[in-house]
Amino acid sequence: MSELSQRPANPVVGESMPHEAARLHVTGTALYTDDLVGRTHAVLHAYPVRGEHAHARVTRLDTTPAMSVPGVVRVLTADDVPGVNDAGTRHDEPLFPSEVMYYGHPVAWVLGETLEAARLGAQAVEVDYTDLPSLVRVTDAIEAGSYQGAQPTLERGDIDSGFSSATKVFSGEFEFAGQEHFYLETHCSLAHVDENGQIFIQSSTQHPTETQDIVSHVMGIPANAVTVQCLRMGGGFGGKEMQPHGYAAIAAIGATLTGRPVRIRLNRTQDLTMSGKRHGFHATWKVGFSDDGLLQALDATLVADGGWSIDLSEPVLARALCHIDNAYWVPNIRVHGRIAKTHKTSQTAFRGFGGPQGMLVLEDILGRCAPLLGLDPMELRRRNFYAEGQATPYGMPVRHPERMEAAWSQVMSSADVDRRQQEIAAFNATHADTKRAIAVTPVKFGISFNLTAFNQGGALVLVYKDGSVLINHGGTEMGQGLHTKMLQVAATALGVPLSTVRLAPTRTDKVANTSATAASSGTDLNGGAVKNACEQIRERLAVVASGLLGVPPRDIRFEAGIVRGLGTDAEVSWEELVNKAYFQRVQLSAAGFYRTEGLHWDATTFQGEPFKYFAYGAAATEVEVDGFTGAYTTRRVDIVHDVGDSLSPLIDLGQIEGGFVQGAGWLTLEDLRWDDRDGPTRGRLSTQAASTYKLPSFSEMPVEFNIALLDKAHEEGAVYGSKAVGEPPLMLAFSVREALRQAAGAFGPVGASVNLASPATPEAVYWAIEEARAGGSNGLVIEGIPAKSTTSVPDTKPMLPNAERGQYGVPTGV
Amino acid sequence: MTDQPSALDVTVNGQLHTFADEIHTNLLDWLRSEGFTGAKEGCAEGECGACSVLVARPDGEGHTRWTAVNACLPPAAAFAGQEIITAEGLGTVDSLHPVQHEMALRGGSQCGYCTPGFICSMAAEYYRPERACGPDDAHAADGPEHGANGFDLHSLSGNLCRCTGYRPIRDAAFALGDVPDDDALGARRDRPAPEAVRTSYSCGGRRFVRPASLDEALRILQDEPGAVPVAGSTDWGVDVNIRSTRADLVVGLDRLPELRTLRETADYIELGAALTLTEIERTLDGRIPLLAQLFPQFASRLIRNGATIGGNLGTGSPIGDTPPALLALEAELVLAGVDGSRVVPLADYFTGYRQTVRMPGELIQAVRIPLPLAGITAFHKIAKRRFDDISSVAVGYAIDVADGVVRTARIGLGGVAATPLRATAVEAALEGKPWTADTARAAAAVLQQEGTPMDDHRASSKYRRAMLGTSLRKLYAETVSTEVAS
Repeated sequence: MSELSQRPANPVVGESMPHEAARLHVTGTALYTDDLVGRTHAVLHAYPVRGEHAHARVTRLDTTPAMSVPGVVRVLTADDVPGVNDAGTRHDEPLFPSEVMYYGHPVAWVLGETLEAARLGAQAVEVDYTDLPSLVRVTDAIEAGSYQGAQPTLERGDIDSGFSSATKVFSGEFEFAGQEHFYLETHCSLAHVDENGQIFIQSSTQHPTETQDIVSHVMGIPANAVTVQCLRMGGGFGGKEMQPHGYAAIAAIGATLTGRPVRIRLNRTQDLTMSGKRHGFHATWKVGFSDDGLLQALDATLVADGGWSIDLSEPVLARALCHIDNAYWVPNIRVHGRIAKTHKTSQTAFRGFGGPQGMLVLEDILGRCAPLLGLDPMELRRRNFYAEGQATPYGMPVRHPERMEAAWSQVMSSADVDRRQQEIAAFNATHADTKRAIAVTPVKFGISFNLTAFNQGGALVLVYKDGSVLINHGGTEMGQGLHTKMLQVAATALGVPLSTVRLAPTRTDKVANTSATAASSGTDLNGGAVKNACEQIRERLAVVASGLLGVPPRDIRFEAGIVRGLGTDAEVSWEELVNKAYFQRVQLSAAGFYRTEGLHWDATTFQGEPFKYFAYGAAATEVEVDGFTGAYTTRRVDIVHDVGDSLSPLIDLGQIEGGFVQGAGWLTLEDLRWDDRDGPTRGRLSTQAASTYKLPSFSEMPVEFNIALLDKAHEEGAVYGSKAVGEPPLMLAFSVREALRQAAGAFGPVGASVNLASPATPEAVYWAIEEARAGGSNGLVIEGIPAKSTTSVPDTKPMLPNAERGQYGVPTGV
Repeated sequence: MTDQPSALDVTVNGQLHTFADEIHTNLLDWLRSEGFTGAKEGCAEGECGACSVLVARPDGEGHTRWTAVNACLPPAAAFAGQEIITAEGLGTVDSLHPVQHEMALRGGSQCGYCTPGFICSMAAEYYRPERACGPDDAHAADGPEHGANGFDLHSLSGNLCRCTGYRPIRDAAFALGDVPDDDALGARRDRPAPEAVRTSYSCGGRRFVRPASLDEALRILQDEPGAVPVAGSTDWGVDVNIRSTRADLVVGLDRLPELRTLRETADYIELGAALTLTEIERTLDGRIPLLAQLFPQFASRLIRNGATIGGNLGTGSPIGDTPPALLALEAELVLAGVDGSRVVPLADYFTGYRQTVRMPGELIQAVRIPLPLAGITAFHKIAKRRFDDISSVAVGYAIDVADGVVRTARIGLGGVAATPLRATAVEAALEGKPWTADTARAAAAVLQQEGTPMDDHRASSKYRRAMLGTSLRKLYAETVSTEVAS
């Protein structure tokens, strides 16, 4: 057991406790950025002027009419940028563009005394555009060769000999949709400038340091003149990792120019149509199996639909490539990655960060091929699990593959899968119009930022003379319970009761150069840093206690606010010890730091050990599908998930359940539709409101929902033996999609391969049922045997958005 | 109705607050400007419930019902003289309300942004007078959406949470006990709700008027053709918030006594146009089975608490959920004008996309549903999401079968044309035929050809057509007792 992972006696970590702000949440007293507006004097409101073209050049911009609208104070344009006109880190995201790159791209911002005045002012600004050719569908971008960023290839083994040793070879194509974050709190920033010209920005941001960096380069001032604070976010999910910066910069420019606080809050339609989303992907693939269903070779090309700017698309693509294997050993593999440049919002981080997209490709392949291999999909999956001694395609040994097996066995048994499969078979035999199915899918997810430099965290721990403790760390709270865990870590490391510790909001002037709270790494990095800071203080205090209690410092123990010496009855209270230390002029504060050891990554060769460890999980989901409509319900979900030794079981449970339902939303319900017709609304997001973009609601909650944490899961490489939990459970939702596929298949003959669109809306499930009824998909061909023709699937689907095209088309032959 | 034309005083969490803003200011924005920032804007169109607050609404003679509504939709001016409770008013950090206690304890909040809205919706259900804890199996027959404590999860169908996956929220809801006798809001239920206040409020040249009588309302509408009549504002509020529509005069109809009666005669059941869908659902209590099947599928509880049946018909939308059901029930509308009223069959009411025979200045006063009711009724709603979604296709059925033969069939369709439709060709294909699988299949083929369904973000025309084709077969399968082996 490493020092990092070792827990003292009676630790506060491991206790199940509600979210630290739960009482504030339920009483409506927890403050979010926009709640500060009414508490701030003389705030100006910002409203965007937006280009309603998929792609166009701005030929004239006249702001003067806006200035005659009552209440309009100022119009911000590119001329007002004192530094660099760029909202990103790659200089491809002009804050005030001269070219509209997606429908609704803001070209100017109006500041008004009221939001209404700013809105009317924005309406009055006159802009002329010249339309330019646009690419909306990812397939059009592929055809046009419109790519951006790196084009990596992940390769291991010999792909040709892999296919020649395979006895069954299939190929296909799969295009699947992205996902809107739909954090309940939209993007929001509130900026003001103090008497020294210091810019203070309150922002709903997952990455305060980068918000600070961008504001600094837009304003042309050093980082020490910008402070960013995030009280908390009303959800982030990756959508506030990269995207808040531009809005913060607009607010900063406005506050600097007017001397008044400036607020930007996007309304829901603006947020949906301006902010980036999970990348949709297009994949082509060819896979080879042995007779007994073992994967021999996989050759695939993954194209991420990146939207108009590069944003985080490169690392998202990297993670997709690094997770296409999921939990499976693929001896020979070659995966090409591309990022399409399209005239859509700039797609960005979203819980799982490409991992879900990579894994979906292979899970889809297994789901489609299992009937053709004559294997139960569960058996096909289990047979291909990694074994001890095997490595990922990028050359990283798969540590603890037995935990995958353990999670799988545990869920098979707790969910009583074998017995229920018999019940389902009996049900299906007696119900012509309703079918049920159960599917089990695994998750193996790598933890750490792929980019090694981001794997560092900082903290500042202050112990006051009365013994009370205030902790600051670089992570942000978006509902995931990070602050709760950090309080538990500090109380454990200092050996004090939880009530002794308070936590201050995340601010860049407390902890500098922080990493985004992302990649599930918030607890690993900031927990390591908080623990480190607390230990520095504890070691100093141990020396003081040694003098008081007459035992060597190494024999001093801190527990629940009492400090004892081993082998003596003498003890001193934490408060008394702290007070004594102060008078001995011992420093009672410390800056903590943590860096994840042992990581390396070569982005050119796509080889290395980018992850500290893997998180494992398995889910068993049962669905019921109505053959008349394709509508379905999730009857029961059982999950066994690996969180290491949980720091905070109630918090972890919430992450697992919430991640699962969010993943199920992506795969089954949430339906992004861009208008890809020629015409004035080309490029417009059609599902741009809560009434048209549907999130899971109570009706999507599984009727029965059982979650268990994997036993004996201690993780050596992380704080107090825990594991990251933010992202991995999202991918447990593959079990819902696969259960739907199997239930649709149950309407057809045994052995029918079923092609299921993603998201698997009732309509998509209905077409899958129709396909199964007609005998299955022609989406796959066996090497050397011509494809069957299909009759059941509509030959044209004009209404389906681009994001679903291809799924119904005829896949490529071998 | 009391008369209080000048001051717009609203009681929030027991304290009097004065409204003096633009008339398009919705209740949420006003509450937030008064410092009640617990309620949040999540969508500004009544879909997410982050803005939910409690309003004291009349509940029969002398009683009050705490009713949760979306604060983002109605104009604040519509709340003159009313009592509102927000999450801040239910309890404090040191003294949590039972609903807050259960939610906090069980992990019901993660980011916390949707939480105050959930708290208010949950509190409304906590205080619902008909809810009562019983033995564990007391509500088992009500299905998995009901707790042993009588809690109906549909009360939360208008609240979205992006973090939790809902399970802990359900557990919190199902853990609530009965309302103790000394609970102040519980006791408030036994006193009358505030009366509606006759209002004439203007700001910046724009007015909100709440007339005291139907006659007064009709006079205003006749004199001022630009006036926008609103009831629950669940449609108008979306126009104001999302499409930035502004009106010079908004006329509040939702509390007019003449529009709020529900009566049954020998020939029909009459539903007042300004009754909310929740009020109708509760008062009818299953009396009209087709509507009982429809209501839980109509938007969400939060919307049904505000939305009126007259409003759903007044907008003339082709995808409103009540028209297909009311067409099948052969409903009639009572249209009132200054010169008197007239009765129009609903089948003749819709004339084009969002166009009806209702003349300027006319109001829907009531909906009449003729008696007796047909024996077989059903409401089929095709949508992406089971709770709180807009239908791609909706079909209402009212079929009378005697001695195995279809005597009458009435079928209403929504979502497949510019207006709601009666499927008369299908009705003809059924009537006089034996009620068998073959008849259903033959009529289903006719139904599949009805309307002119289109492609949009909700569904493809192909799917809409396919759903028309399967609906009648599904109905038949539902009416025969058990399914047969495939």
